[in-house]
Amino acid sequence: MKYDQARWTDDDDERYEPLLSEKANREVAVEDSPLPDDLTRDSLELPDPAEPELARHYTRLSQMNYGVESGPFPLGSCTMKYNPSFTEDISRRADAAVHPDRPDSTVQGTLALCHRLQDYLGRIGGMDAVTLQPPAGAAGEFTGIQIAKAYHQHNDDERSEVVIPDSAHGTNFATAAMAGYDVVELPSGEDGRVDIEALEAAVSEETAALMLTNPNTLGLFERDIEAIADVVHDAGGLLYYDGANLNALLGRARPGDMGFDVMHYNVHKTFATPHGGGGPGAGPVGVTEDLAGFLPDPHVRSKDGGFEYYTPDHSVGKVHGYYGNWPVLLKTFAYVTRLGDAGLIDASAKAVLNANYLAEQIPYEVPFGPFHHEFVASASPQDAADAAKRMLDHGVHPPTTKWPEIVDEALMTEPTEGESKRSLDQLAAAFEAVHGEDDETLASAPERTAAGRIDQVEAARTPRLSWQALDSET
Amino acid sequence: MSFDVPDDLRYLESHEWVRVDDATARVGITDFAQDELGDVVFVELPDDGEELTAGEEFGVVESIKAVSDVYAPVSGTVTAVNDALFDEPELVNEDPFGEGWMLEVELADAGELDDLLSPEEYGDQIA
Repeated sequence: MKYDQARWTDDDDERYEPLLSEKANREVAVEDSPLPDDLTRDSLELPDPAEPELARHYTRLSQMNYGVESGPFPLGSCTMKYNPSFTEDISRRADAAVHPDRPDSTVQGTLALCHRLQDYLGRIGGMDAVTLQPPAGAAGEFTGIQIAKAYHQHNDDERSEVVIPDSAHGTNFATAAMAGYDVVELPSGEDGRVDIEALEAAVSEETAALMLTNPNTLGLFERDIEAIADVVHDAGGLLYYDGANLNALLGRARPGDMGFDVMHYNVHKTFATPHGGGGPGAGPVGVTEDLAGFLPDPHVRSKDGGFEYYTPDHSVGKVHGYYGNWPVLLKTFAYVTRLGDAGLIDASAKAVLNANYLAEQIPYEVPFGPFHHEFVASASPQDAADAAKRMLDHGVHPPTTKWPEIVDEALMTEPTEGESKRSLDQLAAAFEAVHGEDDETLASAPERTAAGRIDQVEAARTPRLSWQALDSET
Repeated sequence: MSFDVPDDLRYLESHEWVRVDDATARVGITDFAQDELGDVVFVELPDDGEELTAGEEFGVVESIKAVSDVYAPVSGTVTAVNDALFDEPELVNEDPFGEGWMLEVELADAGELDDLLSPEEYGDQIA
């Protein structure tokens, strides 16, 4: 039996898509290739597996991996929460797929949904306007800082610096640098929070923004947030909220009410969309009324009982095509709608309860606390990376290691709101087992996983960048 | 743990060393620095003939733990670069004051050497 793809023709130019069998037999002329001979070839050695072999190949790869559907995954800061499958079902619906070039008037349902999601996110964050366009959290950060920059430039107030705490996510530093700002690093106070005096010393008339996440990466709420906002605003700067930890505050506190002017939402952390794996993602950005005119192009608004795209007056321009990554936004919408107010409030309660419960159960020292959605334990005197590798042998995914650096041998742990007490106890048992083990055992871990420990040094010094490197060694 | 701090060198607070021979200075990072960084996997250095300014970054050292800028202890023109580090970055770990040197500079102002830390001062800093 032979399967061919359908043949189609285009009446206008009489082009046609060849049958697969014709493609396979077509010769490729390489005489005209500008490439040197040693980089060209006359044939391709494509694998030719039978379907069961192919199915087994991918199943085997998935078994070598550890995912949130294998067990608890407390990778701190990343919020590796389980994504309920109903969101997948909804985003997969055929009627959710519309061609992005269709006129506004023919996609009113899609635009209505965008508009409602903008409104939901605005209300959750305490923001006046929200763009759905940025295609990832980091892209949202970049968009948010571009908006801040455009705002200052619009006011003829050129500024050169962005202030960022030393415990911040690496993307904050990268965002500020990409937007052309110098980074001023703010040392954390002894309690792991922003030190107001240090902040006062760091801000100046050059300060474009302070980028902050709250609760911070230690899982601590910045209690002085109103004073922090005053310091930054008095210097003429804007307050930027990194939405990475918003799942700790859902339904209970809002960045907008704390004085933040711009924020991004990590929909994969706060709501329930997949953690990329290369994408696509979504990183909506919320702003206060003063900044709404700078949102990316296009933006959705209501008009005459319907909805339309428009270009905000001082738009920073395009950051992505069309609606943004629509299926991801649809999953966000589905999750927010399904949970509703009560569900979102419950989600933040469980995120905080789970982190604090687990922090109490484990034998490692846990400085600071009580916590919000995550905590940072210290593996010292063990090596945090070795302890983490050993946790794999005990059947769970380890926490984030050695970061933030303000805790020695950090084990940054975020169980997430979806885990049951049984799962948390399973995690605690893994911490307990690893805590009692000697350095030699830790250094040789993992021993019970499908793949052994990677030689990081050798991998970095002599990287194998394609499968061909493996071939040349055998 | 104690680290090597050779007597015949001058140091920067940011853990670079400089060895002066007439008008030429050889530059690298210290034993303490390589230990803090861990296994070095990549070194980026300027080309021959580039001008360095004292206190400004001239290159990058990447380990499995961190990517760090390296700062010039003195101003001057680069006259030699240790090409061996491109293939064997581990030399920085194995012999930071010898085979792991980074570059040589023709001094623009020998007076700058007075601003650097003595072995005793640097030794106190990392103690």
